[in-house]
Amino acid sequence: MLWDAWTVFWRDWVVLKRRMTKFILSRMVAPILYLVAFGWGLGRSIDAGSGSYLDFLVPGILALNSMNISFNSIIPVHAERIYHKSLEEYIIAPICPQAFIVGKVLASVLRGLISSAIILVLAVLFGAKFTVTPLFLAVLVLNCIIFSEIGFWAAMLIDTYEEMGQVNTYVLLPMSFLCGTFFSTQALPDALRWFIEILPLTHTSSLLRSIGSTGEGEMASVLVLLFYAVLCFFLGNRAFLRLRR
Amino acid sequence: MIELDSLVKRFLHKDKEARETWKTAVDGLSLSVGEGEIFGLLGPNGAGKTTTIRMLTFQTAPTEGRIFYDGKELSEHERELKQLIGVVPQHVNFDQDLTVGENLELHARLHHMGKEERRQRIAELLQYVELDSVVNDRVRRLSGGMKRRLLIVRALIHRPRILFLDEPTVALDPQVRRRIWELVRRMAREQVTVFLTTHYIEEAEALCDRVAIMNKGKLISLGAPLELCRKLGAYAVEWDGSGGREYRFFRERKEASGFAAMFDGQEKVQVRRTNLEDVFIELTGRKEGI
Repeated sequence: MLWDAWTVFWRDWVVLKRRMTKFILSRMVAPILYLVAFGWGLGRSIDAGSGSYLDFLVPGILALNSMNISFNSIIPVHAERIYHKSLEEYIIAPICPQAFIVGKVLASVLRGLISSAIILVLAVLFGAKFTVTPLFLAVLVLNCIIFSEIGFWAAMLIDTYEEMGQVNTYVLLPMSFLCGTFFSTQALPDALRWFIEILPLTHTSSLLRSIGSTGEGEMASVLVLLFYAVLCFFLGNRAFLRLRR
Repeated sequence: MIELDSLVKRFLHKDKEARETWKTAVDGLSLSVGEGEIFGLLGPNGAGKTTTIRMLTFQTAPTEGRIFYDGKELSEHERELKQLIGVVPQHVNFDQDLTVGENLELHARLHHMGKEERRQRIAELLQYVELDSVVNDRVRRLSGGMKRRLLIVRALIHRPRILFLDEPTVALDPQVRRRIWELVRRMAREQVTVFLTTHYIEEAEALCDRVAIMNKGKLISLGAPLELCRKLGAYAVEWDGSGGREYRFFRERKEASGFAAMFDGQEKVQVRRTNLEDVFIELTGRKEGI
């Protein structure tokens, strides 16, 4: 199982290594724009309580960026399944199906973490203040795992490129703005707030923010993220096994 | 080596009125293939050949029936039996982001080969098919013939005992086709069981020890190519009839020549040996590949 997962990861690592410079440069664009527009620009006129708006913003950007990068890093598996058919190579191979999922998810988590590291460096350069603890990193990893698993699940279920794009539009984009990334969920109407507070990204934003400022976070939120990670793995696994029906 | 017992595959599909109904792609297929045999599955498009290969290679599960390799049932010994098979798909399904060498390396790793063994085997096979010079090229840069040869190389890396080839020479020029045939014959000489699908009759005649002809999901004939031709009649007379080219088959050349002599010379009459294409058309009612 471990060797097989490593083999699947190895494939993605070979591709990432080849494109590392391009990957790093392209991952800097969105965070810089967010930090300039919302941190320096709009942020100066926003009252964020005790700290600056930039300090409030950085955990939110980390949460939404790690979500987007992890999700989008695993999406090529959709083209491997539908268009290139290279997924067949793994289906025919004598490997455990779960090893394939683990390998793919780990490769996407790596991309999500590299991207997060870039944001952390940029945030320090922009003058943001936050604390990075092992729990902070664990929450980031969990967030990457959850959204790469959701990406994998979607890639196994959905049959067209167009519909895959709609997942970004209808799921990821609203979450990027509403899940406590740019403003507190307390500002939302009750019914919407309750719904938003169930979503994993809200828990990630709130955990990263509280750990980043005080060093501590709600264990209940960590448990919610763990629950999502297990649930999404189960859903992805079921969809992957169903391909052979 | 390979045994298929009453294999059935049904798919859900939408009919003309867009209602969901079950379509039977393979309907009660039973046959067996011996070790080192080159076995061909023939049939027109939509006969169920590819679905059969997909069931045999773990890509889709049978709706009913069982498959055995070496007496072991597929569903019960999946990982062990996957190690026995090599698959050459109909479409080129390489990883587009990897080079030729990396694609082969990935396959070898997925089949749990050690580092040194991987390196030697990949070098040896690439040299054999004269592709060693493109080892660091992306697959998309290769010609169609090179990609086909590479697909076979990839399937052979882990030394499978059964090689499945789904339309291995489709859209290739005659020279490349013959090189691939030679590769397949070499595999059979090394006691690899070869199971191939094709709709090129010439390919089946040139390569296969036995062929099975399928039509609409059912097995309609099975035997050695010569044996199937003899069953139909060893000699064929063909002529231009009112509805196009027409055929009649005879056991003896004398009978065929006697029949041909009855024409008055306007009908472009030809007496020749019966070939597998005649068998195919007689049984399926279709020309090859139609």
